[in-house]
Amino acid sequence: MTTPLTTRRTLLRLAGAAAATGMSGLLVPAHAQGVAPTPSMRGGANNYRPGAPVVARIGGGGFWMTGTVRRAGDGAPLAGQRIQIWAHTTEGQERDPQSHGATLTDAEGVFRLEMPQIIPAFGQAHGHLAYDSGEFQTVFLRPVMARASDTSLNADFVLQPA
Amino acid sequence: MPSTKVARARAGLVWAGLLVALIVPVLAAAASPLLAWRDPVYILAGLAGVLGLALLLVQPLLAGGMLPGVSLARSRRAHRWIGGGLVAAVVIHVAALWITSPPDVVDALLFRSPTSFSVWGVIAMWAVFAAALLAASRRRLRLRPSTWRRAHTALAAVIVLGTVLHALLIQGTMETVSKILLCALVVAATARVVAGRRTPTRRPR
Repeated sequence: MTTPLTTRRTLLRLAGAAAATGMSGLLVPAHAQGVAPTPSMRGGANNYRPGAPVVARIGGGGFWMTGTVRRAGDGAPLAGQRIQIWAHTTEGQERDPQSHGATLTDAEGVFRLEMPQIIPAFGQAHGHLAYDSGEFQTVFLRPVMARASDTSLNADFVLQPA
Repeated sequence: MPSTKVARARAGLVWAGLLVALIVPVLAAAASPLLAWRDPVYILAGLAGVLGLALLLVQPLLAGGMLPGVSLARSRRAHRWIGGGLVAAVVIHVAALWITSPPDVVDALLFRSPTSFSVWGVIAMWAVFAAALLAASRRRLRLRPSTWRRAHTALAAVIVLGTVLHALLIQGTMETVSKILLCALVVAATARVVAGRRTPTRRPR
């Protein structure tokens, strides 16, 4: 007869699997109240220019900024939300007006904006995103690219009413 | 005499090695592809930082009188001048970064930056200023030479540690291999002089 061994490793594996399942959204209905709002990141608001126009594309494109916008609590996708995006790219530094643009989320709360390639600036290849439309509390994000050669970057918002 | 020939050859090798160790990283940074997407002020900021790091290799060698063919007195005089140059490089580095992106530099100076290398850089900056101030007011302070030296050496260690971590964690214009090698040389030279302390402690004239 074999005894099933519960080692520390299997426990960790189970816990990891459970955490991954929870975070993947499969258990969202069961944890309806548990979707916490996204806090602003340190340095997220740096070189922010209020009122960046909604554009089809920033500059010549070639790089994709993607993400989702959901409501805190029930995690429902938020459509038509304006997300402002800027970064140091091959076409301008963070402060330059042409480095800024905005886009709207679709019915599933997803946004995608093409922009020039982000390049390392101030020591890290990173982008900036802002939700600042007033209906929900303002959030500034500053995601960092895993590699400077990446051609996309993702950032997800969970907003709470203002 | 063969012994002087050997000594001369050795001196030549040391100086050639030092020049290569200083010049290659600077040239590599000056050839960085990132420069194409930076304006002149930002380029100046980066190069001032690279030059500052390079000067950190010369400083311990001069302080310890380890460069062949240079008397200890002349070595110490050069150490003072290059220390002044290091302060200038730090000031240019920070000021030009401030012009490039004020909020990022303010965050760094207030220790609330999202990047850890900023913290190390700012610590090293204050240590550079403190070490220079200590050197400039050496006579007025009337510290015992051994006390003064211990304080200056401790600040030098903070400068080197902070700067090396700052440089290694940054994804910037420096080429990776030459950056790591230069940092290793800076740490080795500093450790040798700090640990060795073989040179005589001299009172200021």
